Amino acid sequence: MNANGSGEQAVNREVVSAAAKRGPLAMEAVSISKDFRLGHGQVLHAVRDVSFALYRGAVVALVGESGSGKSTAARLLAGQERLTAGEIRLDGAPADPSTRRAFRRYKSEVQLVFQDPFSSLNPVHTVRHHLERPVRLHQGSKSRAQVAGEITTLLEQVRLIPADQFTGKYPHELSGGQRQRVSFARALAAKPSVLLADEPVSMLDVSIRLEMLSLLDDLRRRFQLALLYITHDIASARYFADEVLVMYAGEIVERGPAEELTQQPAHPYTQLLVASAPDPDNLGGALRPGAATAPRQPAASATADPGCPFSPRCPLAVDRCRSDDPALLPLSATRAAACWRLDVAAPEVLAAGRGGGP
Amino acid sequence: MTAGARVLDITDFSVNYRTPHGDVHAVSQVNLGLHTGEVVGLAGESGSGKSTLAFAVCRLLRAPALITSGSVTYSGRRVALPTDVLQLGPHELQHLRWREIAIVFQSAMNALNPVLNVRDQITDAIHAHLRMPRRAALDKAASLLDLVGIPRSRLRSYPHELSGGMRQRVMIAMALAADPEIIIMDEPTTALDVVVQRDILAQIVELKESLGFAILFITHDLSLLLELADRIAVMYAGQLMEVGTAAELHHEPAHPYSRGLLNSFPSLHGPRRELAGIPGTPPDLRHPSEGCPFVPRCGYSTDACRTVDMHLERVASSADPEHVTACPFVLPETPDPDRPSPQAEQEFQA
Repeated sequence: MNANGSGEQAVNREVVSAAAKRGPLAMEAVSISKDFRLGHGQVLHAVRDVSFALYRGAVVALVGESGSGKSTAARLLAGQERLTAGEIRLDGAPADPSTRRAFRRYKSEVQLVFQDPFSSLNPVHTVRHHLERPVRLHQGSKSRAQVAGEITTLLEQVRLIPADQFTGKYPHELSGGQRQRVSFARALAAKPSVLLADEPVSMLDVSIRLEMLSLLDDLRRRFQLALLYITHDIASARYFADEVLVMYAGEIVERGPAEELTQQPAHPYTQLLVASAPDPDNLGGALRPGAATAPRQPAASATADPGCPFSPRCPLAVDRCRSDDPALLPLSATRAAACWRLDVAAPEVLAAGRGGGP
Repeated sequence: MTAGARVLDITDFSVNYRTPHGDVHAVSQVNLGLHTGEVVGLAGESGSGKSTLAFAVCRLLRAPALITSGSVTYSGRRVALPTDVLQLGPHELQHLRWREIAIVFQSAMNALNPVLNVRDQITDAIHAHLRMPRRAALDKAASLLDLVGIPRSRLRSYPHELSGGMRQRVMIAMALAADPEIIIMDEPTTALDVVVQRDILAQIVELKESLGFAILFITHDLSLLLELADRIAVMYAGQLMEVGTAAELHHEPAHPYSRGLLNSFPSLHGPRRELAGIPGTPPDLRHPSEGCPFVPRCGYSTDACRTVDMHLERVASSADPEHVTACPFVLPETPDPDRPSPQAEQEFQA
């Protein structure tokens, strides 16, 4: 990434996360990167120099299309992939989950919930088995009765009530929503401080999604969880998150408070994302023939092109965008965007940031 | 949007799945019409019977699915008399499918043959349904790709070499091969990103405007339908709950389930609304209860709901005689009852 911001904005000004006001810092990703070798000497930069922080009791949403690197970022934070570069800090100390013991300790602080409750639970094991293992592994030696009591508590926390009706069931006997609740309970069994939720509701029915999100929100509050909510649905991030990070081709292109960012997106990609979301108040309008849509290029492959990764699709791209990758520059105390053309893309956001900033 | 003549008329249509534990009433007594040049959206949760309905209309279901009642009348430009699809023999069905009614399936990943390239898949479909020399079929395949905005250089690509959006476009190109009157789209954009989704939907609308086919668009995403469809049918537990224009459903939804769905998705534009969701889970269709199937999850329900005779009736207060609802008690102007889960709401606002 190019940090050449001379003569642009005040580069040294730090952007404060909108999630920071909720609680103390729990986890920090500092300039993390992940490359995958594709063979033939090609390298895919799945995550490029990404930094953000998670705070206890706050929700940070990571929004992006498939292939943007958001799930890879989650796997890096969960310790399931090795970093190519950068550092992950847990409670202020660098985390290195490379040895087995350190990995287990790390896992009892950081838990991951997967997208698909149909494949993330083992079909040959009961709910009890799924919860018993993490309770025994992460909560030390306990008597059989204590473990059973703990399982009941966990199931009640995710509102699977009465709990004893669910302990003996197999995944196929549960609905999608119930399965995802079991996944939540399994993650909570380790008593983590950080919960990484990778598209936790996108496989569920619309009428059930909201209930699951409010359950997650409830758990966040009760256990002061630092929550990373990964989604492609920027509308749910608006309602659910404190801070939104928008990811494109492995980079964070914009970050800011959820409401501000969704209502006044600054980066051209965020603007495209917001404009593409279904808008019931716009009956038929935006889909009429001739309505402007994005140029039909595939998302920029995250290989080593020098310029801004969005430039091939960006309506505002100029020569500079194709040769220099912009760094994430502060717009205001809590917002930042990586774009050379912000003066054209979002003049009002720039003006508000200059006027209202510290 | 002006609606043309009726091309498809589904009346009193029921489909059961036979299982050892009793019949599953997947679709019960559905009445729905489709006009030329119209987009009708069929919205419902998984298991509501929306895909079963669409497949059964084309006679694409096999045992243990059984059509137990009703008729499906097709009257296109190219058929002299309205025909009942349910009475057709195998040869006539072959003629009807693809040429008159085409389907775009949900997952293009699985619907395309992984060992055939795009050109061969499209010409295969053309040869199966139209009499056409090889050369002409190749030209047709190329021009179909033009229609959906895929460069001709992709003709020799295999499905795995295409992005998800391109695969879905190939599916749409194939559906257009025989210039059908009706295209049934079963969640065609669900697996795609919002940006690609919007792009493809805009293209579908554009093609529809220029070619004049009708679309039955099946999805669980009501917010999408509000923007795309002319009319929307809301399905729950195998039955239609409400049918009306997109504007009517958006601004004056009558049925409590439609209202629940509308309150279930967060909106990106406009002021923050209160979100409520729908508590509970859909019913077991093996044991249909008396009266309205939505009663256990309904905030308005009374004892009368358990005995009500379920059929669609005109919404009295609506100016449009085609705005119909299955709930005789709740009207668009009925105020919301105490929300089932006010606590969840507060959490969301916090």
